Amino acid sequence: MKKISLIPVLVVGVLLLYAADDFPEWGNPTAPASASSLSSHFISNTGVDTEVPNMVTAVLADYRGFDTMFETVVVFIAGMAVLAILKGSSGPFSKNKKYTSSIEPDLIVTNTVRLLVPVIQIFSFYVLAHGHVSPGGGFQGGVVMGASFIMIALSWDLETALVRFPLDKCFLVAALGIILYGGIGLLSMFLGGEFLDYAELANILPVSREMARYHAMLGVEIGVGLTVTAIMFALYANLSTEGKLKGGL
Amino acid sequence: MFEDGTIFNELFIERLNYIIYVILLLIGLHGMIAKNNLIKKLIGMSIFQTAIILFYVSVGVKEGATIPIYLPEHDPHGSHVTNLEENSSSEESHGPVALDADLVKGYANPLPHVLMLTAIVVGVATLGLALALCQKIYQGYGTIEEDELLTKIERQEMRSNPSVAIKSMDSSKMTTVKLEKSVSKPKVSSSPSTQRPNAKLKAEAKTDSSTTKVKTSRVKSVSSKTKPMASKSTTTGSRASKSTTTGSRKSSAKPNTAASQSRTKAKPKPKAKPKASAQKTTASKLKSRTPKK
Amino acid sequence: MMENAIAWILIFPLFGSVACAILRMGKRKICYPVAVLSMVGALWGGIETLMQVVASEEYTVSYIFGGWTLDSYPRGVGIEFHADILSILITLVVLGVGLIVALYSKLPVMEETPGKESIFYTLFLLQVTGLAGICLTGDAFNLYVLIEVAALTGYGLIAMGSKRAAAATFNYVILGTIGASLYLLGVGYIYIKTGTLNMVGIHDVIEANNLADSATMQVAFILVVVGILIKMAFFPFHAWLPNAYCNAPTVTSSLLAPLVTKVMIYVMIRMLLSVFGVDFSFELTLWTDFMPWLVVVAIVCAAVMALAQREIKRMLAYLIVAEVGYMVGGVWIYNYYGMIGSIFHVISDACMTLCLFLGAGLILRKAKTTHFDGLRGLFSKMPLTMTGFFIGGFSIIGLPPTCGFFSKWYLITGGMVSQRWEYLVVLMFSTMVMVVLFFRLIERIHLAVSESGENLGHGHGDLGLTEEQTRFDEGPLSMLIPLILAASVVLIVGIYNQDVVNLIKIFLAEFNLPKGVDY
Repeated sequence: MKKISLIPVLVVGVLLLYAADDFPEWGNPTAPASASSLSSHFISNTGVDTEVPNMVTAVLADYRGFDTMFETVVVFIAGMAVLAILKGSSGPFSKNKKYTSSIEPDLIVTNTVRLLVPVIQIFSFYVLAHGHVSPGGGFQGGVVMGASFIMIALSWDLETALVRFPLDKCFLVAALGIILYGGIGLLSMFLGGEFLDYAELANILPVSREMARYHAMLGVEIGVGLTVTAIMFALYANLSTEGKLKGGL
Repeated sequence: MFEDGTIFNELFIERLNYIIYVILLLIGLHGMIAKNNLIKKLIGMSIFQTAIILFYVSVGVKEGATIPIYLPEHDPHGSHVTNLEENSSSEESHGPVALDADLVKGYANPLPHVLMLTAIVVGVATLGLALALCQKIYQGYGTIEEDELLTKIERQEMRSNPSVAIKSMDSSKMTTVKLEKSVSKPKVSSSPSTQRPNAKLKAEAKTDSSTTKVKTSRVKSVSSKTKPMASKSTTTGSRASKSTTTGSRKSSAKPNTAASQSRTKAKPKPKAKPKASAQKTTASKLKSRTPKK
Repeated sequence: MMENAIAWILIFPLFGSVACAILRMGKRKICYPVAVLSMVGALWGGIETLMQVVASEEYTVSYIFGGWTLDSYPRGVGIEFHADILSILITLVVLGVGLIVALYSKLPVMEETPGKESIFYTLFLLQVTGLAGICLTGDAFNLYVLIEVAALTGYGLIAMGSKRAAAATFNYVILGTIGASLYLLGVGYIYIKTGTLNMVGIHDVIEANNLADSATMQVAFILVVVGILIKMAFFPFHAWLPNAYCNAPTVTSSLLAPLVTKVMIYVMIRMLLSVFGVDFSFELTLWTDFMPWLVVVAIVCAAVMALAQREIKRMLAYLIVAEVGYMVGGVWIYNYYGMIGSIFHVISDACMTLCLFLGAGLILRKAKTTHFDGLRGLFSKMPLTMTGFFIGGFSIIGLPPTCGFFSKWYLITGGMVSQRWEYLVVLMFSTMVMVVLFFRLIERIHLAVSESGENLGHGHGDLGLTEEQTRFDEGPLSMLIPLILAASVVLIVGIYNQDVVNLIKIFLAEFNLPKGVDY
């Protein structure tokens, strides 16, 4: 069976290598992907259109903002689907051990984490808010934030982390993130533009149309950050306990 | 060998990134198709997706270009703005200007990076979901090895199948033995040695380091299945009879009359044989329909 | 509001699903009306967009998110929704099926997934969002994201089913990821050569730079098409479908079975006609030679497998695989009438599959089994359900007043005109198989006769049915009415088939497909 499966793999390999010969050279600035009007428009006009120095953020949150909205929705779906699969699930082989906290959380570890968590969380805000100017953004900031909660769960136990961020709240926050994203899009639609046309927000914000895009992108990134934070932690909490939210690693 | 124009030069010097991505992709694909362990399949999936990400990112590389973030002199809010204010130049009112073609060459293409951010997120979501599925599978069947899983699923389907239940209702030894045999049949056919499948199973259980006591005891009960009154088969029988009572209540109007009972009791016996063989064929079909390992 | 109708198609179910997620605590009963209302809203958006498309000059509506309009920015800077007649027709099918299933879902969701109603409706609405988005989008990468939205929600929805569902879903995850990733890779190959992701833009660049000969584009074509074929459960890649649909909850299977495979066929048609172009897809590759033969193998295998099944849902699942073969064949015989038949069959197959799965859900609820042996004498018990179920069945066979007849007619015409006799023969063969399948079912459902021909009843009435079996006992109205709706849609689409075909002809007018001799 294993040998048979090699056949499709090799066919794919030959196919891909056959095409690789036709590819433009690595790093060739005149390759179609790099020289197309699309790419040069992003590079040359991002500053004019949105005043955002980080082109990746501008393309992510504004030019292709519709993609990113569904990307956030994908994260949200992952959390929901894991909940759908694991909630209340049990079987003959599920871990039925009664959870007892026999081991006290280690003193050194917990105190280090106590010191680290605030720093990590502030750093995550920095990553999120500075995504326009430097590498960063909603996804990155959200993951760092979620990691801080996972760290609490690892060093104490899952209950301690769940007291600070209960699972119900997780999904509320995740849904709020999407509402924030979609809401900004809807608002700009009600103000007369297309869906997600942030420039229209200039009608209610005391800034120019370009700066309206700039600020709306921040709002959108915060929405992404909320969803990612909540879902990352919810995924950890569900996966580490088979959906029972007790015990864990 | 690596001079300009040769195929080796083409493939290994100028397009090395594509070669690496193809190799990674094939490793991942092979893992997804051929590995038996579900977690290993997921590892393969991750490698597969990473290979695609590598491909996209290498498309975005431009020789001599920096990352797609404006340098201070091009930054709409950067140092030049303050400089302009100091100089009180008239350009200030225009705001930022579009870069010309020469400057465009200085920045890498941002689009592939954005696309891959999306692909990474999708990959994370898929992985999380698949891991949850693995846990659910383990809860239900106690294994994440694909071949063991398939055998177990087949066995459970046999038990829950209503037509099988009707047969085992009268709990005559003959049919029970038949049933159990038809259940263990796919297992036999899957293992190479058809002579002593039970011994083979035990050996497998021993060699598998991860097997626990639960598992070995289960294997033993499988081995004792040829005897009709083994613990396992009695539980099947009781479960089956339970489901048949509901079944018979539906199929016949007066289940409590002696006449109908005797009728249902008497009937299955002659039919038992062909039905059991039908079960066998469906079992083997199930086997053949399952995806390639 | 009106000019944004196309955006509302996605906004309604998206916000509806988020609302369902927020309503998790305590207020689960609100989820059902929220789901139905957002589907009604989305359907309004779809109908409004259809009006706009028909009223517009070139029969297309282009909507660019984020205000990156074509007059001031190059095409492809923003993400475009490109609605022409084909995409809006399929979108309406998606939304209509979504609405009917949402109406139907009240009781089964409460019974089959207790305590998870809000999660179910969240995923349900996002599934519809994803599928509708796939139909409308004009951006190759956005298509990938939406495919993944639809796929991930599908995994979640299926895994909520029986115990067996988790293992079936895992297979689906692996195969679905391979399919979607191959598509993504194909898009990457297209991007490396064309430098754009917009479908219209890609087509223009291929035409302008004459990229049809380049190896990269050929491989991209293979990757994209194979990826889509995996996602649509075309025969050698169909392994995930029967198990997944059989073990899924009733509502899930009635939503996914009519839509997922059909939407992927739409994607294939879109890719072949609009992105790669007719010449590239059919003339320059060898696919037109061997694909019909692959289709023949696919249909024969699927039909034989369907014959072997003893359970309604599993049988229907194999019928879907066979139907996928029909539509893929209709596309690849490379013919005007075949293409009309394929597109029309996407629509009619969605309607009739919906009918069958809704009926199967009602049967499952009443008889507690969908195994053939448990169905004896059901007709006198639940005549309306069975009538609805068999209208779907007759449509799959292809009996005249139903829509299945007309779409099959065009497929057969296409086969004759392009002289693909193997395709014709296999169509006839599978029609015969379906006749056997459904008349076997009818016999069983009407009569109380066991397999061996022995009369099981107690001499009550002609058919040998007992008193309990003849007692009128229909399913609940909230499930019955959607089934009747679906059945009437099958008949209405059949009766007004000329209007649908005329719309499809308008769409196909711009493509240069061979019409053969005047037929």
